[in-house]
Amino acid sequence: MLISIFKSSIGKKLLMALSGIFLVVFLTQHFLINITSVFSEEIFNFLSHFMGNNPIVQFVLQPILIFGVIFHFVMGFYLEIINRKSRGRGYTRYAGGQNASWISRNMIFSGGVVLLFLFLHFYDFWVPEMNYKYVEVLPIDPDRYYEELIHKFESPVRTSIYSVSFIFLALHLLHGFSSSFKTIGVNSKYYKLIKSFTFIFSIFIPLGFIFIAIFHNLMH
Amino acid sequence: MKLKLKIWRQENVDTKGGFTNYEIDDITPDMSFLEMLDVLNQRLINENIDPISFDHDCREGICGSCSLFINGRAHGPDKGITTCQLHMRKFKDGDSIVVEPFRAKSFPIIKDLVVDRSAFDRIQHSGGYISINTSGNTQDANTTPIRKEDADNAFDAATCIGCGACVATCKNASAMLYVSAKVSQFSYLPQGQVEAKERVLNMVKQMDEEGFGNCTNTGACEVECPKGISIKNIAKMNREFYKAKI
Ligand code: HEM
Ligand code: SF4
Ligand code: FES
Repeated sequence: MLISIFKSSIGKKLLMALSGIFLVVFLTQHFLINITSVFSEEIFNFLSHFMGNNPIVQFVLQPILIFGVIFHFVMGFYLEIINRKSRGRGYTRYAGGQNASWISRNMIFSGGVVLLFLFLHFYDFWVPEMNYKYVEVLPIDPDRYYEELIHKFESPVRTSIYSVSFIFLALHLLHGFSSSFKTIGVNSKYYKLIKSFTFIFSIFIPLGFIFIAIFHNLMH
Repeated sequence: MKLKLKIWRQENVDTKGGFTNYEIDDITPDMSFLEMLDVLNQRLINENIDPISFDHDCREGICGSCSLFINGRAHGPDKGITTCQLHMRKFKDGDSIVVEPFRAKSFPIIKDLVVDRSAFDRIQHSGGYISINTSGNTQDANTTPIRKEDADNAFDAATCIGCGACVATCKNASAMLYVSAKVSQFSYLPQGQVEAKERVLNMVKQMDEEGFGNCTNTGACEVECPKGISIKNIAKMNREFYKAKI
């Protein structure tokens, strides 16, 4: 019975919302760790070393996260295709901007940019990390993370790409985060509060990531 | 007023269809959009040309028959109205106006601007009713107290006229606003509780089978809805759906 929820349109939408919220939780955690790099090399190294070597994080949480990301964007593309087919022949004139925001109508685009960014981000950090730990099996060095981080942001090109990508993430979240609560079924007296919270979150977290990137670019 | 019209013509469901251009003058600003089409049709009839088919019935915004996608908007450029309530004063002399049918895979075109919205009827039949005790010991409705807020919500949802503007305007051709209005209308009231579970499950199932798209909460539907049905009904329907499933 419970599984059959997900065969329905509402159920697929629910999976989209739940995977989105899961990614938001991950994003928050990622931000809280990264921001420490701005004020303390020790704390950043300590947390990164912990995340990188704790077996639960590495072999339980990390696969769940990767599954979550892949699930979210595959489902996103799948629903986009279904939705386009539901229209059939399109309108010759369609004034979409008259009744819905650009952000809400272009989730697939903002999500697509974030996906491209994720490829770059994996190539930048995840691939070298996996290589270091599991392929070349280099000696454990709890103090290497901070150096690796600031080295990446020496490049103004990379810093710019990161910054622009986070703007798109902000756009994606500005619709997606509050929308996911509607999907779960919350659109009542608490919704105003949720709307404000998700709005502030969607602006400040991506802005925080941009700040971290630019900070290291300018400081080193 | 003088206008340039670009109107979708299509012989039947199997033909391709395309736009035909018409120029029309002696339109007054007080005419409704449908009256303007009447004037054009009278001319076409006099010229022995097949008149343009379009849906209409009450012509006072209560039946939900009239449709039309006018200059990129369901029911044209005004808010909170149907096409029969749209007046030509919303346009300027010399304007070009594009008129298309409501487009959705689940609303096949019958002819010209007339689309088949019977998918809505089938959704309604699948659960949009309540059982009534007619055994002779029927209770007076007023003996069942109902919170004012619930009564208002139910009544607001019940004002949906089933026009399909929500589907036509939604970028996903989703019917969630319509279906949620039909679900909420009953689910706020004690009388609606008897079939509450089957209602939401069957109506959502029928909606999916008809091939409507998935809601992404853009909110375009509630902006274009002539009756101002709130998107909050969609969250309400989702809650009802989860409750029925769990
Ligand atoms: C990997 C690339 C991504 C793609 C292709 C993508 C695509 C999508 C799409 C198509 C939707 C549905 C749009 C809608 O319902 O209007 C969506 C919703 C959402 N996304 Fe993403 N996304 C991506 C990454 C992310 C990330 C990294 C996060 C969070 C940090 C995120 C959070 C959300 C949330 C919260 C929703 C709302 C779900 C809802 O509307 O119910 N997405 N995404
Ligand atoms: S919800 Fe509004 S737009 Fe949709 S069918 Fe009902 S009255 Fe028409
Ligand atoms: S003709 Fe009845 S609502 Fe327009």
